[in-house]
Amino acid sequence: MNGVLTGLTPAPAQVWGAVRLVPLLRDQPVPGLRLHRELSEVDCECQYLPHAFVLSTTAAYGTQLGGGPPTGMEVRSRRRRPRFLPLPVAAEGYLTLQSGRPPIAWREWTNATVGRGLSPRADAAYKGTEIAGLDDALRVFELHPRQCGVALYLADALAGVFVTPHPDDYRLLHPTLLQDMYGEPLFQYAHLFPPVQDFTPRLEASKVSTVDDLRSEVARARDEWGRFHDLMAGGLLQSRVVPHRVRALGPYTLARLVPPYALDVDNHVGEAITDAEGRIAYLTTLRLSAAQTRRGHLLSTLYAHDWNLDETAAALGTDRAGVAQRLERAGFAHLLRPGS
Amino acid sequence: MEAAERVACEDLVMFVNAAVAATSQREFRTGGDAQRMSLDFLHEYVRTNYRGLYAATLALDINDHNAARIIEGLLTTAAADRVEGRLIARRLQRLPPQRVYRLILQLRAKRVNNRRTRAVVRDWVAARPDLAFDAVKYRRGLAAAAGHAHLRLPDEVGAVLYDWRSVQRYRTPILEAWRKAHYDQRAVYELPYTVAEGFAAKHGIDRQRFLAGIRAKLTARERMRLDADLGAATLTRLASYVLSLGHDERRRRRDELTEALRQQARRAAGAQAGTWGSVVGVLDDSYSSSGSAVKRQRPLGVALGTHYLLEALSPQYNSCWINHRGDPLLVRAAGPTRLGERILDGLAMRPDRLVIVSDGWDNAPPGLAAEVLRVWRERLDRDGGTEVVHLNPVYDSETFDVRRLAPEVPTVGVRDAEDAAALVELARFGAGTASLGDLRAHLAARVERFLQR
Repeated sequence: MNGVLTGLTPAPAQVWGAVRLVPLLRDQPVPGLRLHRELSEVDCECQYLPHAFVLSTTAAYGTQLGGGPPTGMEVRSRRRRPRFLPLPVAAEGYLTLQSGRPPIAWREWTNATVGRGLSPRADAAYKGTEIAGLDDALRVFELHPRQCGVALYLADALAGVFVTPHPDDYRLLHPTLLQDMYGEPLFQYAHLFPPVQDFTPRLEASKVSTVDDLRSEVARARDEWGRFHDLMAGGLLQSRVVPHRVRALGPYTLARLVPPYALDVDNHVGEAITDAEGRIAYLTTLRLSAAQTRRGHLLSTLYAHDWNLDETAAALGTDRAGVAQRLERAGFAHLLRPGS
Repeated sequence: MEAAERVACEDLVMFVNAAVAATSQREFRTGGDAQRMSLDFLHEYVRTNYRGLYAATLALDINDHNAARIIEGLLTTAAADRVEGRLIARRLQRLPPQRVYRLILQLRAKRVNNRRTRAVVRDWVAARPDLAFDAVKYRRGLAAAAGHAHLRLPDEVGAVLYDWRSVQRYRTPILEAWRKAHYDQRAVYELPYTVAEGFAAKHGIDRQRFLAGIRAKLTARERMRLDADLGAATLTRLASYVLSLGHDERRRRRDELTEALRQQARRAAGAQAGTWGSVVGVLDDSYSSSGSAVKRQRPLGVALGTHYLLEALSPQYNSCWINHRGDPLLVRAAGPTRLGERILDGLAMRPDRLVIVSDGWDNAPPGLAAEVLRVWRERLDRDGGTEVVHLNPVYDSETFDVRRLAPEVPTVGVRDAEDAAALVELARFGAGTASLGDLRAHLAARVERFLQR
């Protein structure tokens, strides 16, 4: 696979109703990086704590990379075991993390905007337990021995990709996909769509006259199957891996996944840890809704032009009033100083 | 064949498969409720449409759960002929007593109390070897049977069930022991284990001391469960026991466990041992063979048991596990079901017989196994030199049958690995090619043998 999924081989999908799970395999686990020891009880030089996990009383707001105790939001967790933060907060958090705050105190922005940047806002999202059939699909899923990740499709729309450095990490985190949050369209898809069509292998009987022929036919069918999934990664492969707020540990870098923010493809934001050669060691993605894509587009354009209203307007092909109107429609009216 | 006959044939084969494999328990992919409702429907459907054949299935090696259900269904509705009553009586004698007592309790709960039911219960109770023992071990069941069927019990048995304090001293030793056990710790050890356990709790007897004292009274299965007495277990139970052990322990006790499995397999193979030609077993150890919380590793246990049985049956035996390599004793349920490639590996050895043990969820890629089998039959094995049989230990509640791999391969339900040899012989009916006449004749022969034994 190319793009963000370099080094990962999709294995045959497993289908359950409208849910399709495509395992992602690694030939070799990424050495030296493992899940935080309090989650997995392994000893390793470099450790990470996935985004939105709660460790004892500290939540990871954004994935943590490091050796020592994680830093993050204090969250009250009654039971001392990993839990998820409400992910809608996290989803909008991704967007705001990517746009930061105005680097120059343009006078159009309010003091609060310049001082604190955007505050995360909540959007409607559904927990995995509410998605029809997802619990059964995850339960009956047969893990591959070398499996380090999964691509999750609901009614054949890519809902997200999850990759870990080591099969043991994946094994541990596999059930947590159920605790994840999914956007409303995905919830609807899973409910309304009939079971998805699975790939059906077809062997050409006329080409077979020896056992070896049959073997090569089987190999061909398996090959076709692998390609079948290549085609379905869609918009995710157009995403760029951007080391946003650079945080490195040893050979590993924490990066953010920036989608193309185009309305004609599916847009996925995400977080990744890459190694020295740029290979993905850890990845988690989240599919944005159309409204979120619009907001993300606006914010990323602002960010790209250092929050300068005129330049942003030019980039968007509109004028200052147009940008102000867009901000208002996107629910960001409070960012602008009144009357600017 | 006429359409109606073909439908009847298919329905019956489907029902026998279900009656062998289904237990109304949670399976890997379906919940207990779905399994129960599906099986309920299937029983009612077959009973209503093919009553004679439905009753005749009692003569087959269906599992006890379904036998009890069939009897319950037959007794609930009006009888068709006299053979039915004889079949019921015969099957009841072969059922474990606890199942029969449970059946009687169910009949009472459903208020099924026709004259035939009373006669069946009466005859069965009259044939019990030791009613005093039953009065102690199956107290509630025997009381229900006596009350429901208006039975007159021997004096002391009646007294112990309904008013045990009224007797100063019982003449029957086990009843006297039971009376004494209420007051005396020593008498506890003269009772059956399940009854003694209650008294041990009542007297607060130390568990270790209790187990040491009760050892002589354990049944074979209890010995297997408590003492891990390998000689007392059947092949599938033994395989399930092995799978319950950790890998380290299995490695440490490899010789002992392997020998026990081989010995049980030889016993199950009986006179057929070593008589089969070359055989390849394609055995499913994918994650779905781990079963459910109530049927832990059952499909994998059946596969492991079948491995040793086939080894005993055929001097030229090879096995293909889907994911596992090396010593089969160390097999574990993990990974996807790559059935297609393994079947091809097995077929490439050109055996006389290929036995597949799998739940039929061929998902990597889905349907590849069916394609491999189809092309093999069409192109490489036109004269049918290799006989392929699929044994499926899991009932699929959606299709009211065990899940099939390919239309040209017979699929039969399997509950215990030790029955596998007989089931493979029966597989020609599983292919759906046999006519209703064949099936009737086969059933009639089985019924005759069953009633004579």
